[in-house]
Amino acid sequence: MRKVAIIGLGQTPVREHWDYSIRQLAVQALTEAMKDAGRSNLDALFVGNMLSGALAEQEHLGALIADYAGYAGIEAVKIEAACASGGAAVRQAVLAVASGQVDTAAAVGVEKLTEFSGKFTSKGLATAADADYEASIGLSFAALNALMMQRYMYEYKVPKDDFAVFPINAHHNARFNPNAMFQYDITLRQYRKAKPIADPINLLDSSPISDGAAALIIVPLDKVKGQDNAVEVVACEMATDTLDLANRKNAVWLKAAEKSSKKAYSVAGVGPGDIDLFEMHDAFSIVSVLSLEACGFSEAGQTLKKANEGYFKIDGQLPVSTMGGLKGRGHPVGATGVYQILEAAMQIRQEAPGNIQVPDVRYAMAQNIGGSGATIVTTILSK
Amino acid sequence: MDIPRYWRLRNQRYRLEGSRCKECGSICFPPRFLCPHCKSAEMEPYELKGRGKIYSYTIIHQAPDIFDKNVPYTVALIDLEEGARITAQLTDIDPDDVSIGMPVEMVIRKIYEDGENGPIQYGYKFRPILFTDAGS
Repeated sequence: MRKVAIIGLGQTPVREHWDYSIRQLAVQALTEAMKDAGRSNLDALFVGNMLSGALAEQEHLGALIADYAGYAGIEAVKIEAACASGGAAVRQAVLAVASGQVDTAAAVGVEKLTEFSGKFTSKGLATAADADYEASIGLSFAALNALMMQRYMYEYKVPKDDFAVFPINAHHNARFNPNAMFQYDITLRQYRKAKPIADPINLLDSSPISDGAAALIIVPLDKVKGQDNAVEVVACEMATDTLDLANRKNAVWLKAAEKSSKKAYSVAGVGPGDIDLFEMHDAFSIVSVLSLEACGFSEAGQTLKKANEGYFKIDGQLPVSTMGGLKGRGHPVGATGVYQILEAAMQIRQEAPGNIQVPDVRYAMAQNIGGSGATIVTTILSK
Repeated sequence: MDIPRYWRLRNQRYRLEGSRCKECGSICFPPRFLCPHCKSAEMEPYELKGRGKIYSYTIIHQAPDIFDKNVPYTVALIDLEEGARITAQLTDIDPDDVSIGMPVEMVIRKIYEDGENGPIQYGYKFRPILFTDAGS
């Protein structure tokens, strides 16, 4: 297998994009990424998306986006793994180039969640769960995460207030990211008063419904080594777990996060202590905690203590959600995994806005989580 | 939920029918075609008694469209006596009185009505155990 690198980055701001369609958002991100890469030829396109069929009445995004972006005729396919669709698309692009079958591949994540009312969108998002035994008996996606959070609070005897540090940090970092949806701070007081969604999860624990697209151009490393815009993908590994939460013995341990991160560490030849920043999947505050624990960044039950001591802030030992994370930047589901890796690459290229640029990044990690932890992709980038 | 699917799920929804592995004896809900523990394909239907304890729970305030008129309602993960864990709504209890470890039992209740002309869909919910048998 060949080593691979990312040489092009493109993104749209994460917003409620009433004026733009799926194809416009995707083409915008892909075009920007190709320009950034200085390339005009593309061999293969992998589109990460979850709900285009349900919410925009449009499937078959591979061919559609290839055509509208000016690459009609190339290999192109949509990759779906719920909220991990973006990371899964990057993994396919990486494999395609690493295998030697393809010389230039693009991974584009795109999602448009605001075509219908929020409740219709919630129903769509709930299809990431088990349709027969979770969604159809009344569980929303937030409810599944709430079941994990409630159990975590019980097992480790932690108060709800302790979780506020994650959304507060995410919003604070998002302030400096022009592409983030929420460029403002929130306070503990606001967190306490936020509208309940599924107890103990409230609105400020939850990432927003949003639209956006992000794109990466992936090529063999040996052709671009030493170039300023080249970032090596040292690992991009996927693992799965049971789709339903009930069939996991321990609902507060993300086995697929542990497996995919261990695989990634092993492929990259590093350990958690070598990682300089972590773009984590903070779809809900509890997911931040479980992801950090399963990846070996803190011991089970100790994460909130560490977080409240400033460990995960921009100037802390392991900065997380540096561009706002899902909570602050926004969570355009199938695009999220691509945004995370793009942001990690920006950090390595020292292109993050001043206040949120992490100094001297050697290894940056991103983790994209689908469903309540059923599909997890962990990616490690390096200079 | 469409009718064929509802019909297919009747043994699970009405009788809590899971599966038991003939090789290693492990019990699953929902039923499986292959044992997740020993990979045996020798699985037989197994009716669960529907008694257990709450492992975790949440009170839902913002629900998917079809459950919107039921809010707030409570759903829980329940550890059944036979060893399987199930996701279900709770009923006949004030959400504020729910706690982890609480003993509950299965009952059949309306899950939802599919519009004015659609079928009413029933299935399992769990309620606090009202009377305990001697010794149990």
